[in-house]
Amino acid sequence: MARAFEVRRQRGFVTVAILCFIALYAPMVTLVAYSFNAGSSLALWEGFSLRWYGAAWENEAVQEATIRSVVVAVSASVLATAIATMAALGTTRVPHYRGLTAVYALINQPLMVPEIVTGVALLVVFAIVKEATGYHGLFYLIAAHTAFCIPFAYLPIRARLQGMDSRLEAAAADLYASPWAAFRHVTLPLMFPGIIAGAMLAFVISLDDVVITEFVKSAGQDTLPTYMLGQLRRVVTPEINAISTVLLAISVAIVSIFFLVTRKRT
Amino acid sequence: MPEAAEPAPEAPAAPRVDAEEMARRAVRRRWLLNLPAILWLILFAAGPLLVVLLYSFLAAGDYGGVRWELSTDGWFAVLMTRDIFDDTLRLQDAHLAIFWRSVKLSVMTTLACLLLGFPTAYFIATRSRANRNLWLFLITIPFWTNLLIRTFAMLEWIRAQGVINSVLTGLGIVDEPVQMLYTDFSIMLGMTYVYFPLMVLPLYASMEKLDFRLVEAAYDLYASRLQVLRGVIVPLVSPGIVAGSILVFIPSLGAYVTPRVLGGGKQMMLGNLIELQFGQGRNWPLGAALSISLLALVMVALIFYVRAAQKGGEGHG
Amino acid sequence: MTKLRGPLAGLTALALAFPGAALAEGQLNIFNWGNYTNPELIEKFEAEYGVEVSITDYDSNDTALAKVKAGGHGYDLVVPSHSYVPIWVKEGLIAKPGIPEMANYGNIDPRWRDVAWDPGREYTVPWQWGSVGVVVDTSVYSGDINTSAVIFDPPEELVGKINVAPEMQDVMHTAIYYHGGESCTTDKAVLRKVRDTLVEAKKKWLSMDYGIIEKFAGKDLAASLYWNGAAFRAREKNADVRYGYPKEGFVLWMDSVALLKDAQNVENAKLFLNFIMEPENAALISAFARYANGIAGSEEFMPEDMKTAPEVIIPDEFAASGRFTESCPPEAQALFTAIWTELQK
Repeated sequence: MARAFEVRRQRGFVTVAILCFIALYAPMVTLVAYSFNAGSSLALWEGFSLRWYGAAWENEAVQEATIRSVVVAVSASVLATAIATMAALGTTRVPHYRGLTAVYALINQPLMVPEIVTGVALLVVFAIVKEATGYHGLFYLIAAHTAFCIPFAYLPIRARLQGMDSRLEAAAADLYASPWAAFRHVTLPLMFPGIIAGAMLAFVISLDDVVITEFVKSAGQDTLPTYMLGQLRRVVTPEINAISTVLLAISVAIVSIFFLVTRKRT
Repeated sequence: MPEAAEPAPEAPAAPRVDAEEMARRAVRRRWLLNLPAILWLILFAAGPLLVVLLYSFLAAGDYGGVRWELSTDGWFAVLMTRDIFDDTLRLQDAHLAIFWRSVKLSVMTTLACLLLGFPTAYFIATRSRANRNLWLFLITIPFWTNLLIRTFAMLEWIRAQGVINSVLTGLGIVDEPVQMLYTDFSIMLGMTYVYFPLMVLPLYASMEKLDFRLVEAAYDLYASRLQVLRGVIVPLVSPGIVAGSILVFIPSLGAYVTPRVLGGGKQMMLGNLIELQFGQGRNWPLGAALSISLLALVMVALIFYVRAAQKGGEGHG
Repeated sequence: MTKLRGPLAGLTALALAFPGAALAEGQLNIFNWGNYTNPELIEKFEAEYGVEVSITDYDSNDTALAKVKAGGHGYDLVVPSHSYVPIWVKEGLIAKPGIPEMANYGNIDPRWRDVAWDPGREYTVPWQWGSVGVVVDTSVYSGDINTSAVIFDPPEELVGKINVAPEMQDVMHTAIYYHGGESCTTDKAVLRKVRDTLVEAKKKWLSMDYGIIEKFAGKDLAASLYWNGAAFRAREKNADVRYGYPKEGFVLWMDSVALLKDAQNVENAKLFLNFIMEPENAALISAFARYANGIAGSEEFMPEDMKTAPEVIIPDEFAASGRFTESCPPEAQALFTAIWTELQK
């Protein structure tokens, strides 16, 4: 082999990874392309036009649904990640204690029940609360989303923590760092990639949820997915593509800025 | 925020407390850390499920919902059925067939995600530190767009007159368009796409800390690349493999949207079967009993899987 | 992390403060099928009466029923399909808004005034109605399309290019009518034929899915059992598409607006009910979702292309074959679900 020997290299891995990235973005290309469709179809090109951007701009319902989706996803992923981080610290790298398996099962429980079942269960319980308190706000959605996001945030963080060298923290403690300082300056930075991964998963999962949201939402609380689901039977227009493209552009911009800023610092 | 609940610092210079007291304090701290998760999940996930458990033992309401009468019809119907024509009692083979299909497709999806996700996560983990988060974002950005729109966008690629078939026929590789849409293949493809980040992110989280000195040491001992992969890297990242497999396998079992759109809806998966009972079928007790059965099966399998994986992992570590 | 905390906490606070359904005066909360309500109609109503309207979507009759039954929902008006109206009445979920006393009551087409599911229109105001028929690409198959045989015993040309809407009630009833059975039948002889027909026919179908318009346009599909409004839109994209009315019997449906018993904004809801019985406003409803409404005199305000569309106006020779399905009793429901499950196993 002509190339210098690189320990990290595994044959074919780079190729597979690049192919995966291409495959991930291939549907994005059609999605963006059809947002400029002159026709009202998601799969039949009828020429270039900006009409769906205009339609989306005019359509308050779809804008509100989009904002609501983002608000719920941000709130739920932040809450779920915080809760999951604590739980991961409480259940990983510890000698077995009574109840550990039960806690583990409880944390993963939302994964194991089809959404429709959680939806029906929450419908019944929340209806009682709504009638008793008269509060119809967004908290129900955030609470439900946070709950099913917890395992998605928890598992990457746990995977990160497992086998993480606890001698580092022990060393910090030996140097008279308070447990808080040891956590803040040693454990947390080490956990960070896991926390980022968990938060991203939670965000994505919340953004996509449709069935539970459908059962939990109160009047006037459609999110983008439930709005889409309602369209499914009748007619789905590229309006959602236009919205998605705008969201995509905004997220790419945020990521780029974030990336440039952090890069400058390092 | 995790900081907020960090327990009160123990005085570092305090005289040594006896070991038993230390252990007890450690356990109490664990429970404090677990408390928010326990409370939140009991309130908003596990607790409400008791309603479902209760419903599974009630009679079906005439138009959906339940009637407040004790009944085991729901549980009975999970596995057994009375033939609607000759009234004989027999095994409910439709449910078994649907269950089997769901398990089969979920296993295949998990394997596909692992085979593709492992190299991808490895690729990301071996980028320079500054670039890793960028690649990570690149993985998740496609998932910030709506699931249905994404699935429709995929449809455009794999349908009979779609992009892939046009290329294949255009290049003369095939004469007739290949029917990819509405097959088990398209369901698997769709689910692999949808669940891909659920595999990559946990894998990445545990790979990122991979100590390449161990890999180097293995090469020094004349291990081949494959041996290094199997003997050193895979065991070290097994927590990530476990987490990723759980996150992909279990949700695929209950998958609902992808099989419906890409599978053409001709064959049900478990998620669709349960949905049918709570919807058009108007048999909530059966729907409830089916989901509790699923929950119990997965729970048992999960606990065994994690225990076995942990033992395996410890053996290597 | 610390730097992020400020804005994130702010967002969370914002989320919690975000109004849900404000139950204040001057509000109206409508719970309707997705993509079914013309925004122009709503704007017009808001401007005329100074009421703020919120629309929330649902995607199935059963979901809507389950949500409202659970209580604490905050909706005022709901739009159930005809076969569900008696269920809503029986469950005590909808109230009599005094429709016959309303100023525009006389505008309801006499044909839709004394309907089986709501005699005398005590509970509901017509929204839209349509049919479930056979959509065929006549460039692929040029034979008779006014028969369910296109779907249940398909000709060679159509095999592997057929889609069936994944709606248990509609598919089961079309098949039951095909074999000469009655709505909600429990006749085992008929049901056995129905099951055998469906199981055999399914092997020749491509899919059981929603969304047919693109697929007809792109020639992925050549036939489908589907709603007439979609057939209309498919014809706009592919001029060879025709809509057949099965002579063996086809399913008719009508969605109607009802006032919920625990509505908070009863007066505004009544204003809205009366408002949509105005022909001009009813025409707005149809112009958006492309189905006929039940208001006499709305034709003249309809878009040109809808006035003569064979998908909207049922030809006289087939009108007698159209039947409204009933809300089936639990025994029939159980049999249907068993066949449906076996079909998709």
